[in-house]
Amino acid sequence: MKLVIIDYGAGNVFSVKSAFERLGIEVSISSNKEEIMSADRVVFPGVGHASAAMEKLRTTGLDKLIPHLTKPVLGVCLGMQLMCDLTEEGNEKGLGIFEGVKVNRFAHELNIPHMGWNNLLDSSGFLEYISEDVYFVHSYFVPISSYTIASCHYGIEFSAALQKNNFYACQFHPEKSGKVGEEILNRFLNA
Amino acid sequence: MLKKRIIPCLDIKEGRTVKGVNFEGLRDAGDPVELAKLYSEEGADELVFLDITATIEKRDTLVELVKRVAEQVNIPFTVGGGIRSVENAYRLLKHGADKISVNSSAVKRPELLNELSAQFGNQCVVLALDARPVNGVWKVFVNGGKVETELNLLDWVKEGVERGAGEILFTSMDHDGTKNGFALEALEAVCQAVNVPVIASGGCGSVGHFIDVFQKTHVDAALAASVFHFGEIEILELKQTLKKHNITIR
Repeated sequence: MKLVIIDYGAGNVFSVKSAFERLGIEVSISSNKEEIMSADRVVFPGVGHASAAMEKLRTTGLDKLIPHLTKPVLGVCLGMQLMCDLTEEGNEKGLGIFEGVKVNRFAHELNIPHMGWNNLLDSSGFLEYISEDVYFVHSYFVPISSYTIASCHYGIEFSAALQKNNFYACQFHPEKSGKVGEEILNRFLNA
Repeated sequence: MLKKRIIPCLDIKEGRTVKGVNFEGLRDAGDPVELAKLYSEEGADELVFLDITATIEKRDTLVELVKRVAEQVNIPFTVGGGIRSVENAYRLLKHGADKISVNSSAVKRPELLNELSAQFGNQCVVLALDARPVNGVWKVFVNGGKVETELNLLDWVKEGVERGAGEILFTSMDHDGTKNGFALEALEAVCQAVNVPVIASGGCGSVGHFIDVFQKTHVDAALAASVFHFGEIEILELKQTLKKHNITIR
């Protein structure tokens, strides 16, 4: 199996790469369209600001490519938020894979970012039966929608993971979530 | 529900742990990666690596270490010590560090916090600080606690968060190393002053001290070094005891 992590200069991908390599998978980091399209699995990472990330995706044309991928794709953290329609962060238009979903900023009195280990609720789809704590770091959240396959509670209930056809997405960082994170990455590989 | 975090801290010099560790079953007790893996397996929620290498020339050992940790450890980790610029931070983040902690360098040049958060986001930026009361007023110290500054503790944490720190790591110098417990009042004052997570550090000597700091303050995490390194407190046991006291723990 060949896995490609999309390289568009948004954040650190070394830990994601290492996590899949620990599972014995061949990983490359690439912005090359042919390489991304020919991969068996694609990971769409992201850390940082939504506007800067979308700008890079548009410049490289990856914004057009990603929604048309047919193999399993996993968006992580900002990657998941960019797969939605719109985000409040910079009022940026996303890739629109999760249609009609808008990303909001936490507006409650709790500490922001939501940083640390929090448990999954109502898991289904490729996360079925997983209710353990996973590692989150984010200031914006995806509301509950018909695509939600796991939620989490921090002041309000929000989407911890989404799924639509071959598109999977986690708000948390499976690569930093210990043993359960490893299990989640394995399930994506077997999806 | 968001869990309280337990964070072992490893002091690093030229790529090796210092102050010593006392563990059976470690092939090389001086190797930070072996220790990090052990702590991760025991249930540590996060790790902090504090580099105390004296010379800048030998700092490359830190980048190598960060890379090895990221390759082998699957929980988040923070790296601190001697980070003075966006470039310094970039090298560590690129090789897998999740967060960067700055201390004296941010006091000397507070814009560093703005620069780091603009570049990497505030979730990457930890403001570490050492403080103690001087004539009844909590003052911030730099250079490993050797030099007193003009800064008041609460003014500095507020300014730090405004400039872009996404987390505060507060060490009470008078408590550090005493094993008499955390500085509960000062910690709670810091928690009330800012709306980012606060990590308690300094003074932990028993499981009871962890219970106190989580029950009596709003800190998100507690950090300790020697009680873990010398096996005085086992993380697994600690977390079971905290759970019995209804503290939300992973």
